[in-house]
Amino acid sequence: MAHDIAHHDSSAAKKRIWTVFAYLSVLTIVEVFFGYLRPEFLIFHDLLGMSYLNWMFIILTIVKAYYITWAFMHMEHETKGLRRVVVWTAVFLICYLIAILLIEGAYIEEVYTNGHMTWDF
Amino acid sequence: MNSTAVASTGTEGKLWGGGNQPLKASYGKLMMWFFILSDALTFSGFLAAYGFSRFKYSTEWPIADEVFNHFPFLHGVDAPMFYVALMTFILIFSSVTMVLAVDAGHQMKKNKVVLYMALTILGGAIFVGSQAWEWANFIKGEYGAVETRSGSILQFVDANNDNKRISIEDVAMGESMSQREKHNANEGIWYKNESNLPTVSLDQVKNGFAAQPNLLVRTMTLNEEREKTVLDRQTSLEYLNNRGVGIVQGANLTHNEYGAPLFADFFFFITGFHGFHVFSGVVILCIIFFNVLLGTYERRGSYEMVEKVGLYWHFVDLVWVFVFTFFYLV
Repeated sequence: MAHDIAHHDSSAAKKRIWTVFAYLSVLTIVEVFFGYLRPEFLIFHDLLGMSYLNWMFIILTIVKAYYITWAFMHMEHETKGLRRVVVWTAVFLICYLIAILLIEGAYIEEVYTNGHMTWDF
Repeated sequence: MNSTAVASTGTEGKLWGGGNQPLKASYGKLMMWFFILSDALTFSGFLAAYGFSRFKYSTEWPIADEVFNHFPFLHGVDAPMFYVALMTFILIFSSVTMVLAVDAGHQMKKNKVVLYMALTILGGAIFVGSQAWEWANFIKGEYGAVETRSGSILQFVDANNDNKRISIEDVAMGESMSQREKHNANEGIWYKNESNLPTVSLDQVKNGFAAQPNLLVRTMTLNEEREKTVLDRQTSLEYLNNRGVGIVQGANLTHNEYGAPLFADFFFFITGFHGFHVFSGVVILCIIFFNVLLGTYERRGSYEMVEKVGLYWHFVDLVWVFVFTFFYLV
């Protein structure tokens, strides 16, 4: 329960906020740093059809999302039930949506590229 | 009478047996979570649709670093993503001040709530302003391009200058053959304006390109190096003369000098929808800010309203983290 935090030591709550802010800042700086440099090794090596660099960006983003939801939105103080209702629903539906749309997008790209019609004239 | 009514379930002792609050959250907070979850799915729908189009046009999608490379007061300096990274920091920091306001509310410290909420509103306002600036740059465009019959884009580079981009205004030469003038609302019957005409005409660009042998055409297609393909001189002339049908400067919903028009559509729609959320957030924060000033929550004995608007504000930050990744980094 979020109100529990009121009875906690307030300095502990503040410390948690500033620590999470530091994590989020560092993660963003790392993202921007690699986004600016774009090291060749990370760009030209793929894992499951996506470059290492893009995997890195997406994983770091999910880590950031975790900290925002858990610390800033106080998900860590909510009951297990509420946490699961919100997080599992979102994660399941989003994974499903992304899987379908990206597979279809890749298929259409294949038809465009290998079909007998030119799209560039 | 009332024989169907159950006075007692007999399961009150159990967690979900009724009479309990199994989620231990107030009605208002639960409803805010409902809203956030549905809104998260809406944004996921938009971003997944963006992913779909990006996979569909994976060989010709614009490179974000080339599109968003402006920084205030650094005109002409290539600063990819730095401004948007700064915007991200501002939004994250406004989330921090928000959560500090919530924390101060738990301790019933009115003055601290006022201070932190004011800082949050300031951060949100700066973010929306930055977004507007980003849009203005995107709409205005930088180099301009020639559009082909199939709706593709031909851009120009200077082979003498390390294949750096060159603006169509620098390519163009000679007098414009076009006699068109901009149509204004006060001249027509139906009071309709037309958008600004391009500053140069297609025949000027064609003339200028033919006269300067150091110029080459760059297409939308990404090559093995994951860079845009630059054509040789002969093919460049052929593409420009046979395929070019018009001039594009900047971007709107139908034409886009950076590449696929869909890129601009998604940019306007997704960042616009997010910007609208930030704007609404600022408005709601202001309302609650004044309620705090008036002492409403002090009298109510609880600052839960600050906590609820805080949830919304963090959600807006959360969405931005994903928009930042998928529009600017990936």
